[in-house]
Amino acid sequence: MNSALLGNIARFILLLAAQVLIFNRIDLFGFINPFPYVLFIILYPVNGNKSGLLAASFFLGLLMDMFWNSGGVHAAACLILAYYRPAIFKFSFGLSYEYQTVKLNDVLTPERFSFLLIAVVLHHFVLFVLEVFKMSFLWDILVRTVLSTVFTIITCIIIIYIIKPNKR
Amino acid sequence: MQQIFNFVLKNSNRLLFLLLLVISLSLTIQSHSYHKSKIISSANFFTGGIYEKINNVDEYFGLREQNEELAAENARLKSILFNQKDTTKLPQIDSIKGVKKIDIIVSKVIRNPYSTLENYLTINNGATSGIKPNMGVINSAGIVGIVDKTSKNYATIISVLNVNSKINAKIKKSNHFGSLVWNGKSTGFVQLIDVPRLAGVRKGDTIVTGGQSIIFPENIGIGTIDKVYIDDETNYYTLDIRLFNDMTNLGHVYIIKNKDTEEITNLENQSKKDE
Repeated sequence: MNSALLGNIARFILLLAAQVLIFNRIDLFGFINPFPYVLFIILYPVNGNKSGLLAASFFLGLLMDMFWNSGGVHAAACLILAYYRPAIFKFSFGLSYEYQTVKLNDVLTPERFSFLLIAVVLHHFVLFVLEVFKMSFLWDILVRTVLSTVFTIITCIIIIYIIKPNKR
Repeated sequence: MQQIFNFVLKNSNRLLFLLLLVISLSLTIQSHSYHKSKIISSANFFTGGIYEKINNVDEYFGLREQNEELAAENARLKSILFNQKDTTKLPQIDSIKGVKKIDIIVSKVIRNPYSTLENYLTINNGATSGIKPNMGVINSAGIVGIVDKTSKNYATIISVLNVNSKINAKIKKSNHFGSLVWNGKSTGFVQLIDVPRLAGVRKGDTIVTGGQSIIFPENIGIGTIDKVYIDDETNYYTLDIRLFNDMTNLGHVYIIKNKDTEEITNLENQSKKDE
């Protein structure tokens, strides 16, 4: 057992628990919920095992679906985010991201913020398209995506600042 | 053979991704079709148990409202009782047969989402308490939904706030029927569609369940008419109904168990077969 694996397992359980116990119950204005559990996929080590990430994201999403009663919506959204994560990394941090040690849970720079933003928007858009599943509600999908993205990013940044290892 | 292996090894991530994506998409599509029950649902032992634990804590914050609701219902029932001609004689529900047709099971909502378009409640009673799919669910104020899926100790309910739900309802005053649906916009309002233009509808009229379904008994309160407009395509009335119930705050609910359901459905299936 290495510490990276243990850290991932702990993050998986803690984020899922926080999502189910706290964030699923916010229901701001009746339809806005932040989904900070996607932080698991975002904070997964850059050079970590890719198939491991895919499988873990799928099960994270499936567990969310069980709690949320939504079929396979979260599983699909998480899976797509996990699969396209390297591409978003490349876009936000430049081509050489694999050789640098990209640390996400640190002070917020424009690169980190753009990565967070693109990842959350991708996840939420897929999520709401699949959840609503009717093109006649397209406007509804966009409104939900935008509003939920704002709240997810705010909670994500707060969580990152809370769990950030203190170096000073 | 070697090449196939190489291909699989080289693209293992992509293949894993596609496999899992197919699984999740098929679960999604299956969950959107109304008539199939879900594989992944919160009516299982694990999630149901966790929700019950959460609800046990949560319940204490709503005790005052729960008490007030119960007191109001008691008062209403007492007033019905005292206004009987003979107060010592309890009213018989079905006086012709002398037996009760309808059983009521009390249960508690342990999860009540209302932020999506397809909302499913979870309650903490299931098949062991005699709950079966397609039973009606009400509370003291009015209609709540229909039982969707049951496990041993939990059941999920299609809330009236679900774009897939369709319930037979009527205008209390004029007995005109329509279908109760939800357009997904506001948690306080549902829509009654396909009301004939002949029906005299006025703002404030009461909407109750119709007698055409075996799921709900007749005359259970739903809400009052808030807005009337004419559907451009069908030329029928569409009514905005303000719900009696606050769907965002549900505690105890009653599940209606109609003893004749089986008999009626059997009979209907038989006549369908004969056609």
